[in-house]
Amino acid sequence: MSFTRRRFIQAAGAAATAAAFPAAAQAEPIRLGLVTVKTGPLASGGIDMERALTQYLKERNDTLAGRKVELLVADGGGVPAQTRTKIQELVERDRIHLMIGPLDTASALAADDYIRQAQLLTLSVAAAEDMTQRKPNPWFTRGTSTSSQSAMPLADYAAKQLKYKRMAVIADDIAYGHEMCAGFMRVFEDAGGKVVQRMFPPLTVPDYGTYLAQLKTNIDSIFLGFAGSNGFRFLRQMNEYGLIKKMAPIGGMTALDEAVLRNMGDEALGIITSCWYSAEIDNPINQKFASSFRSQWKYDPGFYAAATYTEAAVLEATLNQIKGRVEDKPAFMKAVRSVKVDSCRGPVSFDQYGNVVGNVYIRRVVRKEGRLVNSVIHTYPNVSQFWTYKPEEFLKNPVYSRDWPPAKNLES
Amino acid sequence: MKTPLAVIVLAALLPLLAGEYYINLASQIVIFAVFAASINLLLGYGGLATLGHAAYLGVAAYLSAFLYLKLQLAHWAIAPLALIGTTLMAGVFGLVALRATGLGFLMLTLALSQVLWGTAYRWVSVTDGDNGLRGLARPMPFGINMNEAMPFYYFVLVIGVFAIWMMARFVSSPFGATLRGTRDQPRRMSALGYDVWLIRWITFIYAGFWGAVSGLLFVYYHKYIHPVSLSLANSAEGLLAVIAGGSGTLAGPIVGAAIVLLLKNWASAYIERWNMLLGFVFVFIVVLMPEGVVPGVKRLWQRRSASRG
Amino acid sequence: MQYWAIQTLNSLALGGLLFLLAAGFSLIFGLMRIANLTHGALFMLGAYIGVSVMRQWPNLWFAALAAGAAVAIFGGLLERFILRQIGGNVLGQVLVTLGVSFIIADACLLTWGGDPIPIPTPPLLQMPVRIGSFIFPAYRLAVVGIAVVVAIALYLLMERTRLGAMIRAGVDDPQMASAVGIPVSRLFSTVFCLGAALAGAGGVIGGPILSAYPGLDADMLPLALIVVILGGAGSLLGAFVGAFITGFVYTFGVALLPDLAYVILFLPMILVIAFRPRGLFGKFAA
Repeated sequence: MSFTRRRFIQAAGAAATAAAFPAAAQAEPIRLGLVTVKTGPLASGGIDMERALTQYLKERNDTLAGRKVELLVADGGGVPAQTRTKIQELVERDRIHLMIGPLDTASALAADDYIRQAQLLTLSVAAAEDMTQRKPNPWFTRGTSTSSQSAMPLADYAAKQLKYKRMAVIADDIAYGHEMCAGFMRVFEDAGGKVVQRMFPPLTVPDYGTYLAQLKTNIDSIFLGFAGSNGFRFLRQMNEYGLIKKMAPIGGMTALDEAVLRNMGDEALGIITSCWYSAEIDNPINQKFASSFRSQWKYDPGFYAAATYTEAAVLEATLNQIKGRVEDKPAFMKAVRSVKVDSCRGPVSFDQYGNVVGNVYIRRVVRKEGRLVNSVIHTYPNVSQFWTYKPEEFLKNPVYSRDWPPAKNLES
Repeated sequence: MKTPLAVIVLAALLPLLAGEYYINLASQIVIFAVFAASINLLLGYGGLATLGHAAYLGVAAYLSAFLYLKLQLAHWAIAPLALIGTTLMAGVFGLVALRATGLGFLMLTLALSQVLWGTAYRWVSVTDGDNGLRGLARPMPFGINMNEAMPFYYFVLVIGVFAIWMMARFVSSPFGATLRGTRDQPRRMSALGYDVWLIRWITFIYAGFWGAVSGLLFVYYHKYIHPVSLSLANSAEGLLAVIAGGSGTLAGPIVGAAIVLLLKNWASAYIERWNMLLGFVFVFIVVLMPEGVVPGVKRLWQRRSASRG
Repeated sequence: MQYWAIQTLNSLALGGLLFLLAAGFSLIFGLMRIANLTHGALFMLGAYIGVSVMRQWPNLWFAALAAGAAVAIFGGLLERFILRQIGGNVLGQVLVTLGVSFIIADACLLTWGGDPIPIPTPPLLQMPVRIGSFIFPAYRLAVVGIAVVVAIALYLLMERTRLGAMIRAGVDDPQMASAVGIPVSRLFSTVFCLGAALAGAGGVIGGPILSAYPGLDADMLPLALIVVILGGAGSLLGAFVGAFITGFVYTFGVALLPDLAYVILFLPMILVIAFRPRGLFGKFAA
């Protein structure tokens, strides 16, 4: 990425000069930090985040709202303490004006208090629910979704359209997985279904054989709340045990992401998932984005690529409103929460907690031009993080977790 | 005595020269150096390679965070409780881990810390699981606000220097001499009537205590604690820092801690493949200076001054 | 009943996989007293090389041999040019083997990207086997068979060949072995290559179950250590028994005590070493 400029210590000096002469600040480039993951198990998504953001900026000739944008990329490795240090580095040494990222929930939570302390304008990719719910961070805006925001519409779809009655849920044993399953279970059971089995395998489980053997066979379907390579491995092993035909699995927003799908075979065909994005969404912005991403990298953009591409669109719309004056933080925050922008994922706006309100798509895996794609079969328009619940009542309950809402219908 | 003093003076002068980011980086290096030095007690002087030392850092940090958030105690009351609790745990773990030496000891320490790591993930009501405990505040000794980089750095530096001085005293004491004896000649030491096991156990507890101190500093710095701090990767990083710097030397863990953190946090801004770089640095250290950087440099230095005259 | 039968088969399959993973580690550790912490990375490297080979020649067995050979060469170079320089320096070995693991892991990420890549199951073994009303993947049964074959081959190698005799002599008393004229240095290279080859081939054989993904190395290394420590250092039988015990403990432990999923692998090891530091069949205390 040629224009990810290697940094020199002069950045601090430049910032000091800028502060002394506010008039000159306008001419100065906007320093945008991207906190992502480029090493270790989460690297695949993290690299997509950088590729898509780079593409967006290149399409705008590195200029947003009339100001040059300088992109500074940092690798947090998916480790909370390290990500926090990286964010500090971007703020204290490189004097970034705002940040896109981080990728993972735990890193976002680790950086929470620092974001407040440094008043760092943040456009987040991480899905941690409470960052925009019970403990909203005033500098934090999320254009992607909370963990359960895409799972709740899927539960509705499973109960009402697919007419499923009895389901199992399985997810990685991390907050993301818990929150997704909890949201799914609540909506599914409110719609009359029953979650009769629930499993949370550790993130680094060597083999899912023992979980597959425990799986009930008298269920209609199983909800997969995995992220990264785990969903991929679980589905392959389900297929090995001949279970895919017995119960049609359905998946959360990262279970059959485009990044995973391109390495899968026919076992994935027909599986239904929900997400706020699909490379197949039929709108002009997305057609342009997906086709040029595909022609450059030879694969479809997925969750992580769309995340930064969407955040960049939100950023541009906000900057246009405040005429590029990113230094005026309160004005930025006011503007970012009132923007309405058409993006690759469709129309996007924000609630008063800083979380996105946008479409959620129900997708089915089909084969198209030889490759597997998530074809959109149904759209839930303008879904909020509270689904159809009243925000005040929603927020009175504890945050979604392993223990809440309590599972009433588990059968042992 | 001259070199340590010079290092301390230089470290104390650093905030006058460097920006906020570098001051924070220096705080992290000091914290990590205390952690590495406590591993060095076992590894360098006792000949016991541990792959589970993150247990003490992590448990002290978790205890501190838990007492602060859930029981709302004050920091002056929490710190001794967390240290005592963690040290007691080190005593119990020592009983198990010291059933073996060598790779068996390494695996037992690894296993024990993995049990804690798993517990931190699963015992959500206490640890908040994968969300980690957050919303902490730094202590305010004598009413000084420690949220700025500089006062916190001096706080960490004072405790860090004290900790490393205490560990240096420990290994240079007569007890330290017997400890080195158990490393080099365990059989002879027992024939001479020393209780090798007891010597190792006391060292194990002492190392656990200073690991706990680094854990408190760690949680004060980050104001956040996550199960990953208890992980194998964290223990391994400490062990690698000690070996790279030079085990069994006073300065080794400090230099090793600086190398690892500078590569991870500073060099990674310039070099995308910093993991690979870290690997190559370790390999080069072993090939060029098999006993570690500090003894290696010292040897080269002596050779140079000898050839000069 | 059926459930227990399936879980037993699962345990055996996981045990077989773990033996393929740990055999090479055990061999190297037993003879050379080197805890080769690159083992997980070599396993992953093998899996990725298998991926590339199978894109050209889609045959799992051929890919396993090719990956085994390639990883053996890599291991040979590592032993010849680095590990031999620091013979006896245990801490140096820890540092250098972990350092090389970092390099391999990052190089794999660079070469094969961050997405998980499947290794296809051989067509003949894709059909699940029917057991009563339940079905079990044929490939997993094949893995148990492969593990047994590899174990027998290694046993014959150790007990019936000159090389094996020399290795056994080296394990029992390295000083004596070199005193009676066994070319210990060449023997070490051979054993290290063999251990690396087993890791590389194991990565491919495990591929249809595990796939190749970044982090595979870190997931596998602790498992190899557990198996070898539990079974006892330097003992092929120990590695074999340790692998299957670990397979059973994990499969049933997770099913019966899901809250202990994180620690279940370590508990038996703690018990065994605490009461028998040399492991179940160990020749010496590790």
